[in-house]
Amino acid sequence: MADKHLDCKNLKCPMPVVRISRAIKELSPGQTLSVEATDLAFEADLKAWTQKMGCEMVEFADDGQIQQAIIRKG
Amino acid sequence: MSDLNGDNLADVNPVLLEYIDERIHAEINERYNTFHSRLEQTLKDCQSGEAKTSNRATIVVFSGDMDKLIAAFIISTGAVAMGMDVSMYFTFWGLTALKKKTIIKGKPITEKLMGILLPSGPAHVGTSKLNMLGMGPMFFKYVMNKKNIETLPDLISLASEMGIRMVGCQMSMEVMGITREELIDGLDYGGVTTYLTDASDSKLTLFI
Repeated sequence: MADKHLDCKNLKCPMPVVRISRAIKELSPGQTLSVEATDLAFEADLKAWTQKMGCEMVEFADDGQIQQAIIRKG
Repeated sequence: MSDLNGDNLADVNPVLLEYIDERIHAEINERYNTFHSRLEQTLKDCQSGEAKTSNRATIVVFSGDMDKLIAAFIISTGAVAMGMDVSMYFTFWGLTALKKKTIIKGKPITEKLMGILLPSGPAHVGTSKLNMLGMGPMFFKYVMNKKNIETLPDLISLASEMGIRMVGCQMSMEVMGITREELIDGLDYGGVTTYLTDASDSKLTLFI
């Protein structure tokens, strides 16, 4: 189970990363954040974001409608 | 003893062979030393530069078109989300994005005219293409609302909420007849050196 959950469904660029960057501030290193999103650029954007911010994308699943990711704060 | 082609080197003068060996070693040593000193210099530059180089993005917002302003604000808010510091410089038509009201009273006739002819704020800007006398922006707003895309005024308040440094260009404000009372609160004001100081310290600079 992730330490925090964030719903980014129906949000478009740049809102998912904006929300994630806020949510991750409240976590301590090693804690995880799970995110649900529907933006089609979400996977690419999240990969770039985690790389840049020194976080880790632990899990990513896409059922064709909703994308679910788990990020671990670095 | 033979060379790479299998030719016998036994007949070659041993003094000459020794000389060749010596030259090869000297050459390799020289190249290695040059490379090594360059590498050390680069490493030193990197280490000392780390503290100096900031993680800033600087955007000049020149355009007053809705589409271009949206692009500018999406990039700047995205950059903050990526942990960057962002400065936005608003000049000429871009100043429209910062307007909260239009003051006509007490201005010279040229500035009154400008105030009437220019859009009164970010909610009333046109698009760079398919403006069609204001039909375009209405169409875009409708589509964007349907697809839940942030509108320009939303993005602007998000930007100031996220701590983006927004600077109004004083010179172009005078050209356009825009006073500080007409612009949103929390702005900085400056000139070209203000922009250049931030820009020269930035990893990313854009002119939109």
